[in-house]
Amino acid sequence: MTGEDGSDQGSLEELMAGFRATSGGATARFGAAQATIIRDLVGQIADLISEDVPGGGAVGEPGWPENGPAAPDDLAAMIGLTDNTKLPDDPVLARLLPDAYSDDPEASGEFRRYTEQGLRSGKVAAARTVLATLPAGGGRVRLSGPEAQAWLRALNDVRLALGVRLEVTDDFDDRVEEIEPDDPRAAYVDVYHWLAFLQETLVRALS
Amino acid sequence: MSVAPAEVERPETDEKAVPDSPWVTIVWNDPVNLMSYVTYVFQTVFGYAKPKAEKLMLDVHHKGKAVVSSGAREAMERDAETLHGYGLWATISHDS
Repeated sequence: MTGEDGSDQGSLEELMAGFRATSGGATARFGAAQATIIRDLVGQIADLISEDVPGGGAVGEPGWPENGPAAPDDLAAMIGLTDNTKLPDDPVLARLLPDAYSDDPEASGEFRRYTEQGLRSGKVAAARTVLATLPAGGGRVRLSGPEAQAWLRALNDVRLALGVRLEVTDDFDDRVEEIEPDDPRAAYVDVYHWLAFLQETLVRALS
Repeated sequence: MSVAPAEVERPETDEKAVPDSPWVTIVWNDPVNLMSYVTYVFQTVFGYAKPKAEKLMLDVHHKGKAVVSSGAREAMERDAETLHGYGLWATISHDS
């Protein structure tokens, strides 16, 4: 295979520049290692959101079942209804799928019953858009407006997840210096900051 | 709109009886979300002009939270759902 994406991996400057605007969308060039990191983290979020569904039922696009009449559970899934009314135990999922009422568990539960599946599906779809538009070996990424929006949301979900795991708070930049280089979190701190930069350039490209 | 007879007990939270007291969507401060991103989301979701979106973002940042929309409960639930899709920490409450 030839072509500009295969033969030209781009200068270091280009790889560190993040996104820039195009007519109607955004573009950036990624190195192989950068692409691996993004694809790995975005894929993890998609797996987490689609696997751990209390009350059963895989998350997917609502639609007609392929085989025969639907069982009651399938019907509920088709209209985006779940049995689940509880805030997820996993702190990352709890941040990505938060309660809508801070002081009313019953109303939060009812809201969750009607909206959580759609919210999960939207987040998984955004993650899949990133995986579909970012070549595994890196290269030039050209995004339409809707694809760029999906990237924004997916990058943000990854950063929210890292933020929970790294226990990011408002004084995080001060505490970062306390993390020793051999701490497993150290590598993720760098990734967290790089993704923030990348997201910032994408916001600017779309603004 | 009718006034309830005095002898009938009504729950205090009966929102239908108080049309002038709307529901609100609140966005809470979050150490992860970028200021530029939050502003962008307010512009995109609500169609707010940049100065208004920036002011709301700064309110969230400095005061810990801000009311970003108000109206009927169903509309606020749609707003919260949309904001959750963008990863913002939004809740709904009755502005009483």
